[in-house]
Amino acid sequence: MAELLDFEEPVAVLLKEIEALSLMPQTPERQAAIAQLEARAAELRAEIYRNLKPWQRVQVARHPNRPSMLDYVELLFTEFTEIHGDRRFADDKAIVTGFAFFHGEPVAVVGHQKGRDTKSKIYRNFGYAKPEGYRKALRVMKLAEKFNRPVIVFVDTPAAYPGIESEERGVAEAIALNLREMALLEVPIVILVSGEGGSGGALGIAVGDRVLMQEFSVYSVIPPEGCAAILWRDAARKVEAAEALKVTAPDLLELGIIDEIVPEPPGGAHQDPKAAAARVDEVLVRHLRELRDLDVPTLLDRRYAKFRSMGREGQAFTTVTVAGGGDQAG
Amino acid sequence: MAWFKKTRKPIETTEKVSRVPEGLWVKCPSCGRALYHKDLAATLQVCPHCAHHFRMSATERLSMLLDDGRWTEHDAGLRSLDPLGFTDTKPYRDRLAASIEKTGQQDAVIVASGRLEGIPVVVAAMEYSFIGGSMGVVVGEKITRGVERALAERAPLIIVSCSGGARMMEGALSLMQMAKISAALGRLDRAGVPYLSILTDPTTGGVTASFAMLGDLNIAEPKALIGFAGPRVIEQTIRQKLPDGFQRSEFLLEKGFIDMIVDRRELKATLGRVLRLFGHRPDRARPAAPEAATGDVDAPAGA
Ligand SMILES: [Zn+2]
Repeated sequence: MAELLDFEEPVAVLLKEIEALSLMPQTPERQAAIAQLEARAAELRAEIYRNLKPWQRVQVARHPNRPSMLDYVELLFTEFTEIHGDRRFADDKAIVTGFAFFHGEPVAVVGHQKGRDTKSKIYRNFGYAKPEGYRKALRVMKLAEKFNRPVIVFVDTPAAYPGIESEERGVAEAIALNLREMALLEVPIVILVSGEGGSGGALGIAVGDRVLMQEFSVYSVIPPEGCAAILWRDAARKVEAAEALKVTAPDLLELGIIDEIVPEPPGGAHQDPKAAAARVDEVLVRHLRELRDLDVPTLLDRRYAKFRSMGREGQAFTTVTVAGGGDQAG
Repeated sequence: MAWFKKTRKPIETTEKVSRVPEGLWVKCPSCGRALYHKDLAATLQVCPHCAHHFRMSATERLSMLLDDGRWTEHDAGLRSLDPLGFTDTKPYRDRLAASIEKTGQQDAVIVASGRLEGIPVVVAAMEYSFIGGSMGVVVGEKITRGVERALAERAPLIIVSCSGGARMMEGALSLMQMAKISAALGRLDRAGVPYLSILTDPTTGGVTASFAMLGDLNIAEPKALIGFAGPRVIEQTIRQKLPDGFQRSEFLLEKGFIDMIVDRRELKATLGRVLRLFGHRPDRARPAAPEAATGDVDAPAGA
C-alpha cells in the first residue's frame, strides 16, 4: 500500500477497517463488506484528488512512491542503455541519461532521479543535480542531435544542489549553457514534468518544443518553503506560498508555460503507475509524431517563439507612457 | 520594427545619490574612512583609499560606460501587470508601485543604445534598488529585446548584472525569462556578435544561471558576490559556515568561471579594448549623437 499523505486521512480510516476485516475469517458477508469499503475508499480518494489545494499537489508531486524517470523507462521504453559521465568531472547519479527504443524508434532519454528508499536517495543525492549532471545531459542531447534522434526529458527535482562543490564547479554556468544550447538543438525535444519542477534545477534540462506536465506535478521558481521563509519570514507559511506562486499544472497551462496536462489516475500516479504510464505514453507518441516532420528551421523558430512569448505584453506586462518620453514600439 | 526614441541626458543631481546613504559624508564599510560624497561620485563610487566598490545605479552605470554619458533608452515604459495577482505580507502591486516611485524606473533594468569608445553598443544595466534587481517578465522582455536589437544591428551587447535572481512574485514566468533570454543569446552567439557579461555585487540565482554566465567574456568587479544558491541556503544545506571569499569574484576567477576581474575605474577602457580585439572599430563616420543610431546596421570587421 502506498504511503498516505495527511489529507488522505479519511481514506486511511477506511483502509484500516478493510485491513481489520480481511484479517478475520472470510465469509461472503465480510467479503461483500470489504468490496463495499474498497469502492468507497476509491471514490473518496478520487473525490479528494479532484479538489487538491496547491500545497497538497506539492505533497503528491514529492510522494516517495511517485513513478520516477526510471519507472517510466521500464514501463514504456525498451533496450534502455544508460550513458554515464560528463567527460569532465564525474557521473552525476541525480540525472540519468541514455538511449532507448520508444515504440520502435531510437530516442535519447534524460531525467532526474530522486531515489525511493534511504539508500537510493543518498545514491541519487535526493535528485539534487550537480554541474556534472547538467553537463552530462547536454552531452547526451548533443549525441541525439548528431544521430538525429528526438529527446525525451523527465523533470523531477527539488532544485540544483545548493552546496560548495556545485558552486565551485559552476552549476550556474552549466544550467545557463543548457538553456542556450537546448534552444538550438536541432532535434525535437519533449519535456514531461513528472514530479517536482524545482526552479533552475528543473529548467536546466527543460527547454524544448513541448513542455507537458502530469496532473499533480508542480513547477516553481522557488520551493514554497523557501519563498515563505523569504517573503513571509516564516517557512511554515508554505501553504500560502504554494497558493501565491501558482505552481500547479492548471496554473501553468493558463500562464502559457506548459502545453498540455497529462491526466493521472484517481489518487495520483503513485496509486497506479501503469495507468499513469499509459497516459504518458499516449501523449508522448502524439507530440513526437507532430514534431517529427518539421524541418529544422521551423522546429527551432517555433521553439524560440514558444519561450519568447512567455510573459507576453497584455498578459504579463503593459507599456505605459513614461513622463518625459521613452520609446514605444511603432 | 520601428522605434520612437528618446535621448536622455541624465541629470546628475537627481540620479547620482541613490547608492550612497544620505548626507555629505559616507563611511567606507571596508576601510572605515569617511568619504566626501562628491569625491565618491568622481571616482565612480569606488573608495579612493581601499578600492571598495559601492553599488551603482543603472543610470550611473550607463553614464560611466557610454561616451559623453549619453544614450538612447529602449522600452522604458514596460511595466509588470502582476500576472499572478501575487500577495505575500503585502500585495506585489504595492511593492511595484513603491519601487517605481523610489527609483523613477518602471522595473529593474535599463536597456539602451550608445557608444563605448566610439563603438556602437547595446547595454542593459540592472537596477538593484528595484526589488533587489530581480528578474520578472519586464526584465526578461527588455533584455530579450536588447539582445534582438544587438543581433539586428550587429552591435556588441553588454549586460551589467546586479540582481538577486528570478523574481518570486511573478512565479514560474520569472523562471522562464532565463530560458527566453538564453535562447536569444544563442542566436547572438551563432551570429558572431560579441556579448560581454559584467557581473557586479551581487549576481545570484537565476540571473547567474542564465545570461550572466553566458558572456563571450564574463568580467567581474572586485569582491562581488557571484553564485547560484545564496550563501545562507548553502550554509543551511551543508550545516557549516562557508569559507571566507567563497562565491566572490576572486574565487570564481580561480575556479575558471570568469575571465577577468576589472576595477570599475578601468572597466570602460577594458571593454573598449576587448571589443577592438574582437574586431569592432569605433564608428567615426557618423556623428556621435545617439539619434543617429536609429536603424544603424554596423558591419564589424571580421564578422
Ligand atoms: Zn575604503
